[in-house]
Amino acid sequence: MTTTTDYEVIIGLEVHAQLLTRSKMFCGCPTAFGGVPNSQTCPVCQGMPGVLPVINRRAVEFAIRTGLALHCTINAGCRFARKHYFYPDMPKNYQISQYEEPLAVDGWLEVDADGAPRRVGIQRVHMEEDVGKLVHEGTLETARASLVDFNRSGVPLMEIVSKPDVRSPEEAALYLRAMRAILIYLGVCDGNMEEGSLRCDANISLRPRGATEYGVKVEIKNMNSFKNVQRALEFEASRQAKALAAGERIVQETRLWEAEKDYTLSMRSKEYAHDYRYFPEPDLVPLRVAERWVDQLRTTLPELPAERRQRFVSQYGLPPYDADLLTQSRALADYYEAVVRAHAKPKVVSNWMMSELLRELPGDDEQAIAKCPIPPLNLARLLALIDDGTISGKIAKDVFEKMYRSGEDAPTIVKREGLVQVADASALAAVVDQVLAANAPAIEDWKKGKKQSLGFLVGQVMKATQGKANPTLVNQLLLERLPKQS
Amino acid sequence: MPEPKITLKEVEHVARLSRLELSDAEKERMRSQLDAILTYIDKLRQLNTDNVEPTSHAIPMVNVMREDAVRPCFPTEEMLANAPEREGDFVRVPRIIEE
Repeated sequence: MTTTTDYEVIIGLEVHAQLLTRSKMFCGCPTAFGGVPNSQTCPVCQGMPGVLPVINRRAVEFAIRTGLALHCTINAGCRFARKHYFYPDMPKNYQISQYEEPLAVDGWLEVDADGAPRRVGIQRVHMEEDVGKLVHEGTLETARASLVDFNRSGVPLMEIVSKPDVRSPEEAALYLRAMRAILIYLGVCDGNMEEGSLRCDANISLRPRGATEYGVKVEIKNMNSFKNVQRALEFEASRQAKALAAGERIVQETRLWEAEKDYTLSMRSKEYAHDYRYFPEPDLVPLRVAERWVDQLRTTLPELPAERRQRFVSQYGLPPYDADLLTQSRALADYYEAVVRAHAKPKVVSNWMMSELLRELPGDDEQAIAKCPIPPLNLARLLALIDDGTISGKIAKDVFEKMYRSGEDAPTIVKREGLVQVADASALAAVVDQVLAANAPAIEDWKKGKKQSLGFLVGQVMKATQGKANPTLVNQLLLERLPKQS
Repeated sequence: MPEPKITLKEVEHVARLSRLELSDAEKERMRSQLDAILTYIDKLRQLNTDNVEPTSHAIPMVNVMREDAVRPCFPTEEMLANAPEREGDFVRVPRIIEE
């Protein structure tokens, strides 16, 4: 039987990232998401005849920073081009994009598949403008009419095209995660896939293992999450493998991913779709990107996720798994380092963040961290209370939850609720004696050599003190009183 | 008679890309006019341009940019006044037919 394993999967990815500028690419309208439809437009982004676009400097700087972070060559000269097609989301019937002379070319991004890093080549990074948003009455097929909101029209977009270097659907998801993290670290895109500020199209083809020529590729659109990208590519790889094994020919086409139905669907053939008749945009003069400008922007690059992950391993001695999780967003990594600065036990802090904090937080992005009710110093203070014996680790977890709900700090909660650990031997001795008196069978078991009885008795003392007893001390007190084991 | 520079079929293709509906007479008129233009381009191509940089813009200017500052938009009503049809705050367009 022929399966996908007889073929090598070749994937290339196109990422569209909305740039976090205040104003649009070529006019001063705001880029804010979610405004009243058609309230953020002007004649330029409405595509009225006779208007003149002017390039947003910050958008260019964001794209250069991205190019640098992806190890690209920043072209000394670049220009914009008109890409022509007719669609109601774009009233001037061409999109201002870049074609022959993009801003940046020829870089790479490292993806880490199970500790085996691989470089995926970046073909190009270019700037363009977003188009309006269409709302269909019903589905595209059955709609009698469509509604257009031009608020998004003209929002700066950056297109990042990979080389056909991705070799599996899983690796595609890894690439996208790594790309998203870089864009967020750079502060050039918020990475929100649901709101569409980060979008992805994929090209996928198969070739028999060992072959050097590429097969016919299919473009897949409409994937709005990393999970969907992976599932769509898995579906498409197996669809193509089956077709090839049956001696069929793959047709070069665009297919839409139908997330609810779990398959890709061919869009009706677009015979003329790729005849975009690009030509240099006459309304925009070329850009000359001076080396000095690039060098200056290079100095503004933050520490990027891969470097930071590496540093978390070497500086804090964290396992790669922890380092990876904690560096997914810049805000989370900053939070971690702020806690560690105040409480220098890196692995303890990591454990608390991974198990307690990330369980409570709705996400790991800037927004979620900014709204976190427990500031880093308060987490550090809680951990200090465990260290100095004031509370037990178990009580600390309850305190953590209360801190998260109320926003209060740990000492306040511990004091008010009387959670301070009982570490006074004379006070505990009475409880220990009571527990021993009430549990004669456990003592008998102990005598017969059953070691678990000690744990049981410790548990009983903890229960009697509502978890406030110092476990080490309880252990010691019990051992002093228990008879010798036979 | 010299080889035609552009065929009727190419004219039809370009017309379709531009969403233009042309009558047979118009197609032929376009073809002959475009043919004349392309013949003239051929004449230009005889010039030696080895030492001439390709030009996309007539003015020697680069790096015209603006700062990233928000400016007031057009009021929604004024914007929608230009729409052939509207529905609420949206522009309404006929159903989209993919080719």
